Amino acid sequence: MAKRIDVSGLTAFYGSHKAIDDISMTVEPRSVTAFIGPSGCGKSTFLRTLNRMHEVTPGGRVEGKVLLDDEDLYGSGVDPVAVRRTIGMVFQRPNPFPTMSIFDNVAAGLKLNGSYKKSELNDVVEKSLKGANLWNEVKDRLNKPGSGLSGGQQQRLCIARAIAVEPQVLLMDEPCSALDPISTLAIEDLIGELKERFTIVIVTHNMQQAARVSDRTAFFNLAAVGQPGKLVEIDETERIFSNPSVQATEDYISGRFG
Amino acid sequence: MSTTTPTPPRTPVKRPATLKAASLPRWSPLAVAAGSVAVAVGIGAAAGLESRIQWGLIAALLFIVGSYVLAATVEGTRQAKDRLATSLVWVMFLLAVVPLASLIYETVQRGAKVFDGYFLTHSMGVVADEETGGGIYHALIGTLEQVLLASVIAVPVGLLTAIYLVEYGRGKLSKVITFFVDVMTGIPSIVAGLFVLSFWILILGFDYSGWAGAMALAILMMPVIVRSTEEMLKLVPNELREASLALGVPKWRTILKVVLPTAIGGITTGVMLSVARIAGETAPVLLLVWVNPLINTNPFDGSQASLPLYVYQQYAAGTDASYDRAWAAALALIGFIMILNLAARGVARWKAPKTGR
Repeated sequence: MAKRIDVSGLTAFYGSHKAIDDISMTVEPRSVTAFIGPSGCGKSTFLRTLNRMHEVTPGGRVEGKVLLDDEDLYGSGVDPVAVRRTIGMVFQRPNPFPTMSIFDNVAAGLKLNGSYKKSELNDVVEKSLKGANLWNEVKDRLNKPGSGLSGGQQQRLCIARAIAVEPQVLLMDEPCSALDPISTLAIEDLIGELKERFTIVIVTHNMQQAARVSDRTAFFNLAAVGQPGKLVEIDETERIFSNPSVQATEDYISGRFG
Repeated sequence: MSTTTPTPPRTPVKRPATLKAASLPRWSPLAVAAGSVAVAVGIGAAAGLESRIQWGLIAALLFIVGSYVLAATVEGTRQAKDRLATSLVWVMFLLAVVPLASLIYETVQRGAKVFDGYFLTHSMGVVADEETGGGIYHALIGTLEQVLLASVIAVPVGLLTAIYLVEYGRGKLSKVITFFVDVMTGIPSIVAGLFVLSFWILILGFDYSGWAGAMALAILMMPVIVRSTEEMLKLVPNELREASLALGVPKWRTILKVVLPTAIGGITTGVMLSVARIAGETAPVLLLVWVNPLINTNPFDGSQASLPLYVYQQYAAGTDASYDRAWAAALALIGFIMILNLAARGVARWKAPKTGR
């Protein structure tokens, strides 16, 4: 089910401001690709262009191509809603729907899309919560509001919600930045399991995390504040962290940046 | 306690010997308040001041000055300023509450005289101004129907306008709409009444009716609903919209199933408050619904009555019996609006996003 993403010549704008410039890369299926780089270098913006969430921001605009297997996400006639059903997303801050119970949160993707059978719903919710390693903690209180969970549990709830709609790619925008080390470990273990089924792209500020969870790592940088962000290099994670081909990458990773 | 330092230009920092400071006991503000009231009563009685308001103002002044001076001598100037601000807040709070309390007291006291089951279930059909008896049934029916009709027009329009402005509106059109909503907020109710009068009754030639009044009330209601709903929708975190969109949920469904349920408590409160606002309008009703002492349950045919109008009429009639009826009707109107407000609060609490574990 997992699919390959081919990006070529992608440039994204906020109004007239160019946020990222001419990015090309390939994201391999059934693997974890990590994006690292300093704040403001456009990692999150680039991530959001991969499931057309960038254009939700007022003034957001994209040029270039993003091929999912062989289909261009930005081709004419492509429905962004269909794109987002195929490419799910987990956000930096856990954002369960406050009006819904834990059960309804996980079922939200199916329920809100209106295409579900009642009998399937229980199975999907259980499977997704198990997939997100949350089932044992919440199985007795599925009807309680999701906002009553701890931060780490909420984030796993959001992951369960994202995988409940069976996407083919899962984008994660700094999913652990608001979590403590134990919850972070739980999510990292989860990422390791999920990559068997999904193509995963994760943005992180935590270099150790990128080294731990990812198969390939992309380093983004920007020339100066106000300049658009660029992709410096993308390679096997091991190479990036041991012997990167660009000096800037080594400087950033070893903390000698700037 | 000063220390000698080798470099003379730096003056040593003054530090208190202990972190504890003299402080007034907790009951001191109460004591000061009681003392100032006692002194004010003494002064008032001695100087022969007639008005209780003057007594109260003297007490308030004494309280403010007294608590400041007391705190300044015992605790120091910073604490004295704090006490000054606190006592000012209390005095202003009491000044604001006094008119409200006295209004409710007056209305209940005078209105309770004829306010009973008979009053609520009978009209003014065969009752002359100076006769006792009669009731507000016809006016109650009129107010309920007019407010309901106005809500049926204004609530959908107001809600949809607010949703457009917050969720879809970009550029010129939304700015123009916002501007006109602001202008509409400022329309005096009599102008809204005159507009419907000239358009509906004088130009189109329809008769006076509850429906005509409801249209004017709807004009007054709309901007209030738009404004309050807009604010509530803006409070919904963008992350929830993005979370829903990222699940592949279309925008309209996101608004319907995620945004609106999250804000429903606040939206309901706003709608209820706008209903309370128009329920007390007299001017457009006077122009458009006219007056009818008889029960007319059909708001689309012929003149009706309404509560605020009834109060006005009965008071204008100027007899003892009509005064009593005016106060009782005012009591009914206040009760009606208060029930609406309580209902709104109940709905807001019931629908608010839950945080329990």
